[in-house]
Amino acid sequence: MERKTKVNAEDGKQELIITREFDLPLELLFKAYSEPDLVEQWMGTKVLKLENKKHGGYQFETTDPKGNKYGFNGVIHEFNPNKKITRTFEFENTPFGVQLEVLVFEQLTDDSSKLTIHTIFESVAKRDQMLQMPFTQGINMAHNRLQEILNKLK
Amino acid sequence: MNLRRDVFQAIADPTRRAILLLVAAQSMTAGAIASNFDTARPTVSKHLQILTQCELLEQEYNGREVYYHINAKKMKEIAEFIERFRNMWDDRFNKLESVMKKYKSKK
Repeated sequence: MERKTKVNAEDGKQELIITREFDLPLELLFKAYSEPDLVEQWMGTKVLKLENKKHGGYQFETTDPKGNKYGFNGVIHEFNPNKKITRTFEFENTPFGVQLEVLVFEQLTDDSSKLTIHTIFESVAKRDQMLQMPFTQGINMAHNRLQEILNKLK
Repeated sequence: MNLRRDVFQAIADPTRRAILLLVAAQSMTAGAIASNFDTARPTVSKHLQILTQCELLEQEYNGREVYYHINAKKMKEIAEFIERFRNMWDDRFNKLESVMKKYKSKK
């Protein structure tokens, strides 16, 4: 099976690169990152603020199945439609620090596109700590989806 | 004790990563491990202690000698963290793709 999403986390480095090719035109891929209601749908988070411009900021809030709220925020440094977003990212109340994220959007064909996310952490240790997080996060997300399906069946 | 975090702090140190690579090839005594480094013997002992506490290394008694060997199960766990992280993003991006396909057909 072809692996659509690739994660490159080299040993001893404080960066991490995620790449993914989508069966979507470039404009639609970029919209998924810039329109609040679409961000909410695929990220499963509440968008409290999303200012797509230099000096703009964003603020997301995610609630897990137990009702715990998690805050995420950052500042946008560069917003170049259909090309690039440079921003900071902070998972509030965690020891992971602030990360720098560079998102590059590329057209492959009329109906396909590629996203590269380059994330730079404060230290190697912080990156490695962050890598273990999605384990619990992923479970919560799967639970959320399961719950949604179950609710529909009721 | 947060064992998971300690594992990552343990492998964040270059000397400790070098020790793990060395011991991965074969079980070794503390003395044999230390002879591969310019660092003072007590410093190497401290690293071995940390790696053992995090269960990345295991001690094996052979007469009076203590041999260190890799705990393969624990090492695999670390590789799995990256795989889990990849799976999470794959799920997320699959969702993005389906949300945007629906959005496109609605227009």
